[in-house]
Amino acid sequence: MKITFPHMGTTYIPVKMMLDELEVEVVLPPKSNKKTLELGTKYSPEGICVPFKIITGNIIEGIEQGADTVFMLTGCGPCRFGIFHALQNEIIRDMGYEVEFITADRFSNYQGLKEFVDQLKEASSSNHYIKILKTIRKGLKLLNEVDVLHDLGNKIRPKEINKGEVDYLFSHYENEIRKSYGYIEMMEITKSYQEKIKNVSINKSRDCLKVGIVGEIYTIIENYINFNIERKLGNMGVEVIRTTSATEFVREQLDFIPFIRSEKKKIYQAASLYLDIPIGGHAINTIGNIIRGVHNEYDGFVHLLPFTCMPEIVALSILPTIEKEQNVPIMSLVLDEMTGEAGYMTRLEAFVDLIQRRRELKNEGKSFSWY
Amino acid sequence: MSKIGLPRGLLYYEFAPLWTTFFEALGAEVVVSPKTNKKILDDGTRYCVDDACIPVKVFHGHVLNLKNKVDTLFIPRIMGIHQKEYICPKFCGLPEMIKYSINDLPKMINTKIDYTKKDQSKRTMNQIASYITTNKKTIQKAYQMANQSYTEYKKNQKELLISNNHNIMIMGHPYIIYDDFLNMSIKKKLKKAGLYPVTYDIFDESILNKYALGYHGKIFWLFFRKMIGACLYLIDHKLVDGVIYLSSFGCGIDSVVAETVERNIRRNSQIPFMLITIDEHSGEAGFNTRLEAFIDMLKWRNKDENYLSPYGDYVYSR
Repeated sequence: MKITFPHMGTTYIPVKMMLDELEVEVVLPPKSNKKTLELGTKYSPEGICVPFKIITGNIIEGIEQGADTVFMLTGCGPCRFGIFHALQNEIIRDMGYEVEFITADRFSNYQGLKEFVDQLKEASSSNHYIKILKTIRKGLKLLNEVDVLHDLGNKIRPKEINKGEVDYLFSHYENEIRKSYGYIEMMEITKSYQEKIKNVSINKSRDCLKVGIVGEIYTIIENYINFNIERKLGNMGVEVIRTTSATEFVREQLDFIPFIRSEKKKIYQAASLYLDIPIGGHAINTIGNIIRGVHNEYDGFVHLLPFTCMPEIVALSILPTIEKEQNVPIMSLVLDEMTGEAGYMTRLEAFVDLIQRRRELKNEGKSFSWY
Repeated sequence: MSKIGLPRGLLYYEFAPLWTTFFEALGAEVVVSPKTNKKILDDGTRYCVDDACIPVKVFHGHVLNLKNKVDTLFIPRIMGIHQKEYICPKFCGLPEMIKYSINDLPKMINTKIDYTKKDQSKRTMNQIASYITTNKKTIQKAYQMANQSYTEYKKNQKELLISNNHNIMIMGHPYIIYDDFLNMSIKKKLKKAGLYPVTYDIFDESILNKYALGYHGKIFWLFFRKMIGACLYLIDHKLVDGVIYLSSFGCGIDSVVAETVERNIRRNSQIPFMLITIDEHSGEAGFNTRLEAFIDMLKWRNKDENYLSPYGDYVYSR
């Protein structure tokens, strides 16, 4: 059995490690790129959101490289994500490939978790439950460390003295991690790069703008579709705070287990002023994270969403009111396969200029209102 | 006596008799906004967030129309009306979308209608009624009357199927296939051409459920279940001569459902299928052209039965 799975930012690292540990052969599709998107767009329905298109492209590329099984998360909620696998199954079938889909339902209760474990057991026929559970624990640990590394990079990047040093380290990190195998090796590499990034020489006195990135999780995490927004903003001298990460997402799913804690309750509490129930997707997280960010004195927010994303459209209609009432600038960027990088850059630069000026005025003590 | 406004949009087309009878039996005056027209659409487009789909924009227009005429607006927050089944997230966030897009609104009844975990219709009805009256007897009676009129309405829809040879199935969300402005009176146009338009409402719920079970994925949307059930039933029974799917641009659910229906119909049957996407820029002329071409194709197919090959097949049998 050769198994492939779609990309979502750096989540491929722990997933590959887990499958490595369970001694399943993994076909890692190439990182999402233009060809992936073109392939995905060609075979996907016209009106579906861009995450679907890229994921479909990933799967097709994985199959072309020889995979015969696809591992895909599903879910059950108002968002389209839960139905991705069924539609992709049909698309792949109509293309003439014979592949099997292994799907794991969102593991938000013990039964779901058990199904997930059973699926893993099926994929790796010779392993015991204990080993699988241990592997899942290792996976969560590595996922956490990878996200820590990522956030560290975001913190250091705007302050670095030699421009481009963090980016250089990151590209080396990805090269090395792609060649590595298993938990111990991957963990070692991740830890060593955390140290390396910590040792990058920085200008401590520099006062950076703080911008929170909110919105739909795939567009936040997948660097290809958001044109490396963290890197771009970081190199403009802005400290970027990712409000949603893969770790946080998994924790939110698993927080029914007593010793796993997530920020879910706090986020919902913060959002309740504007939206008091979760409506699927990450709409409530978007609202809640903005309010929390306002309390932490972020200078602005960039709201990322794929075109036609249903939950985020609801959030989008609430944002103007939040902007006005909380007196904070928010820029929404709608992403799809037609988004051009140049227009995107222009808007980002303009946004950064605006919040820069806004902060200067604030520091000079002039009264200033966004409206 | 309080005036309650029902915007004629979205699930009004599914539940109109239920809601109207209920509020009237409680002793309120029900004001329904007029049928969708150009002004309502334009107003809605102006106030609604750009990325929303056209039915949501039209709904905004209906709310604007009612705003100054009533003292209470009924905009429920619908999470799901069957167990383990959701609706589009925009329905869940509809009260927020309206509240933050339109200023100076009258009081709103936005009770949560959530039967996804268990059927809470009684509790929900009590909550809604509490805005008008607290008399338990009246509520109970109104609830029964509303249920009755809804059942009757659904029954009437079923008797519409005439078994002749020229049925055309119109698929899509009820707020498109029953809104004659959005679907540009497609039914009238089909009837004029001698065809008989039907919708999936003619099928029994049990039939739809049975056939929907045959689908390999997990179904968790109300309309997905209904439409995939209808589609698989059609493939099995060949009741119709053609299928027209009306979808709105940017509709999240349609992007999945239309594709699934199309793939299934094309793979497993030879029923002609056409997908028409509607948005606020749709011109009627282009719509008519496509419809006429589709109708012509159906007619030629009947006339020249053996001479015209369906897409992908050979003209001559080998």
